[in-house]
Amino acid sequence: MDTKSVMIVGVGGQGSLLASRLLGNVLLSQGFDVKVSEVHGMSQRGGSVVTYVKYGEKVYSPIIEKGEADIIISFEELESARWIPYLKKGGHLITSTQKIDPMPVITGAVKYPENITEKIKQAGIDIISVDALSLAEQAGTSKASNVVLMGVLSTKMGFDESVWQNAIEQCVPEKFLELNKKAFALGVQNA
Amino acid sequence: MKKLMLGNEAFARGLYEAGCTVASSYPGTPSTEITEFTAKYDEIYAEWAPNEKVAVETAIGASIAGARSFSAMKHVGLNVASDPLYTISYSGVNGGLVIAVADDPGMHSSQNEQDSRHHAIASKVMMIEPSNSAECKEFAKTAFELSEKFDTPVIVRLSTRVSHSQSIVELCEREERPLKEYIKNPQKYVMMPAFARPRHIFVEERLKNITEYAETSPLNRIEISENAEFGVIASGAVYEYAKEALGDKASFLKLGTINPMPVKLIQDFAKKYDKIYVIEELDDIIETHCHKIGVNNVIGKEIFGFCGELSQTVISEKILNKKSEYAEFSENVPVRPPVMCAGCPHRGVFYCLSKLKVNVSGDIGCYTLGASAPLSAIDTTICMGASISALHGFNKARGKDAESKTVAVIGDSTFMHSGMTGLVNIAYNSTNSTVIILDNSITGMTGHQQNPTTGKNLKGDPAAAVNLEALCKALGINRVRVVDPYSLAETEKAIKEELAVEEPSVIISRRPCALLKYVKHKPPLKTDSEKCKGCKMCMKLGCPAISMKDGKAVIDHTQCVGCGICQEMCRFDAIL
Repeated sequence: MDTKSVMIVGVGGQGSLLASRLLGNVLLSQGFDVKVSEVHGMSQRGGSVVTYVKYGEKVYSPIIEKGEADIIISFEELESARWIPYLKKGGHLITSTQKIDPMPVITGAVKYPENITEKIKQAGIDIISVDALSLAEQAGTSKASNVVLMGVLSTKMGFDESVWQNAIEQCVPEKFLELNKKAFALGVQNA
Repeated sequence: MKKLMLGNEAFARGLYEAGCTVASSYPGTPSTEITEFTAKYDEIYAEWAPNEKVAVETAIGASIAGARSFSAMKHVGLNVASDPLYTISYSGVNGGLVIAVADDPGMHSSQNEQDSRHHAIASKVMMIEPSNSAECKEFAKTAFELSEKFDTPVIVRLSTRVSHSQSIVELCEREERPLKEYIKNPQKYVMMPAFARPRHIFVEERLKNITEYAETSPLNRIEISENAEFGVIASGAVYEYAKEALGDKASFLKLGTINPMPVKLIQDFAKKYDKIYVIEELDDIIETHCHKIGVNNVIGKEIFGFCGELSQTVISEKILNKKSEYAEFSENVPVRPPVMCAGCPHRGVFYCLSKLKVNVSGDIGCYTLGASAPLSAIDTTICMGASISALHGFNKARGKDAESKTVAVIGDSTFMHSGMTGLVNIAYNSTNSTVIILDNSITGMTGHQQNPTTGKNLKGDPAAAVNLEALCKALGINRVRVVDPYSLAETEKAIKEELAVEEPSVIISRRPCALLKYVKHKPPLKTDSEKCKGCKMCMKLGCPAISMKDGKAVIDHTQCVGCGICQEMCRFDAIL
C-alpha cells in the first residue's frame, strides 16, 4: 500500500501529543510501519502546533508537506484554515468548532476570519465539523477534546473499535480512563 | 519487542543497552528527552548539571574513572561545552564517552541554526549521525564501542526531526559493563604542553585510523538502484527525505560516519554516475569533503542553499522539477506565534518594564516571549547568560544615564547556567546595573526540568537548593529584594527604586510557573459587561485568555487561571 498521511493540528497546550500517541499505537498494533513527528519547545507555548503521522509498508520521511495529507484533524477552526494547503486532493478534514484568538487578533492588529467552515466547504473540501469542546465537557473535562476528535477519526480509519480501546488503555493513566473512553465514544457518535 | 519511540527515547534505550552508567546533561530543545528517558533506567545515574560544560566534564570524569558515560545537549550547548571537548579529544577515554548533540535546522526552538559538524571537525572528534529511532538506539551502542576502540569521545549528531520523530524500535537486553580499571596516567590525562604534544600526534594518527574504519563501516551504506540515472549522498533525516522524494530513481550512499568521512568509498560511488547530488541541511560539510578528495561531479548547495530545513518536497522540486498541487484558504490566515501562557508570572514584570519604557537586555527561556507584541519589552537576546554581561557592557558604554533606564532579565535556570559570572562582573567592575531574576522555580521552555534552585534533582528526589538571595549577596551585590510579579504595584515600585539607586541591585521576581502541577489556581475570572467600558487596559497585558467581543472584554474560562493581574489593570472593577 501507499503511505498514508494524517496531520493533527491545533494550538499549543490542546493535547495533540496524546492524540498522536493514541493514533501511533493503533497503527503499530495493526502491523504498519509508522512514523510520528512532533515539535516540542517554543511553539508549545500557545503557538500553532502540528503533528505528522504516517503509516504504510515502509515510511521514510517523518514529515508531511503541502498536498500530501489524507486526513487533517484540527483542534481549532483557524488552524483548519491554516493547514488546508497540506490536504491531498480528495482528502478529509475533521475539525473542532473551537475558536481561540491568536495574539495578533487579541491585540487588534488583524481580524479572526468569519465563517471558516463555510469557506472551506466552498473550496470543495470534505469537512466534518464537531463541537469537540462541548462533548469533552460532557465527558467530564474540556481537556478531553483531543480524545473526542480521535473518536471522530476512528470512524474514518476502518479499524475495529477494540483496537482504539486498547490504545486508550495503554496511553491514558488509570484514573482518567473512564473519562477518556466516554469522550472517545461521544466522538464516535457525533462523527 | 517492538515499540514506537521518539528518537530521543530510543537513544536513551541505546545508552541503557550499552551498559552506560553515568549521564550528565543540561536541557535544550530538541535534546532534552534523551536525559529524561535515561533517568527512568535505575541502572544509569542521570543528572541535570548547571550547564553543558559542567555536564561534559562530569561525563569526562566518569569516563576516566572507567564508566561508559554520556552527555546530551542542543547545538548551542556544545559551544558552552567546547572547551573540555577540544582537550578531551587529546586525552581520549577510559570507559566509552558519548556526547549527543541535537541541531535545529529551521530553528523550531533556537536562536541560531549553527551546524555542529564544524565542532567535530575542529576538535578532531569522531562524529556519527543516525536517521531514525532504530538507528538512534543502534548508533548509541556503536558509539560506545567506537569510543573505546579508537580512544576518542564520540559525538552523535541528531536533529529536530530525528530527535522528535517516533518510529519503530526493536528492544534488546542490557549488557552490563563492569568499570574499567583506573590507572594513573598523566601522559594521557594531564594536558600540559609536554604531555599534550605527543597526544596531538596521536589524534592525527587516530583520524587516519577512523577514516580507514569508515571505508568499510556498517554505519555507511550503498543502495544501488538499477534504474538510477544519478547518485545521492546524504545522512540523517535528509536521507529519509531523499528516499521518499527519489525512490529508485537514484542510487544512495547513506553516510553514518560524519567525521572523519570515508574517502575511497565516496570516490568509488561517485565514479558510477555522471551526476552526484550531495543533499545536506545547513553547511556544505559533505560537499566540501567531496571536493577535497577530488570528487567534483557533485551538485549541492548551488541548488539547496544553506538555510532552513530540507524536505521531500524541496528535494523533488529541485531535482525532479516536480511541483506539488494543493488548495488554499480563500483569505489571509492570521499568524499564531507562541505566547506567554495565561497566568504566566513573567507577564507582570514585562508589563511594568514596558510601561516604564526601560531597555531590557533579555536572555534564553520562555521569557524571551516578552519581546512579542503587545508587551514588546525586550531589546536584545543573544545566548544563555548574555542578558547580564551585555547589560554591564551597555552601561559601561553609555554611562550613568543608561544605568537608570536599563535592566537585565534572566530565568532561574539560565542564571545558574551562566548568569552568575556576569553578575560577578557587574559587582567586581562596578556598573550600577539592575538585574531581574525571573524565578519561576523550574526550567520552563524545555518542558519543566529541575535545576539547582528548585530543591529537587532529575529523578525528583529532594536535593540541596541554591538560595538565590544569599548567592547574589555572596557574589558582591548588596541590594537584593524579592517581589511577587502577581502584584503589579509592588513590582513596579521595586523596579523604579532599584533603577534609581547608585549601586548594583538584583530583583528576584518569584512565582512558580503556572503550568506546574503543584500550583493551585484560583477559579477563572469573569468580566461584568455592564461595568466594562471597553477601555482595553486589560488587553495591554497580552494575556491569551482575554479578548474583545462586541466592544467588551471577555475571559476564556478554559485558559484563565485567576492570576488577577487583569483585575489590577481594570479601573472599573469590571473583572470579578
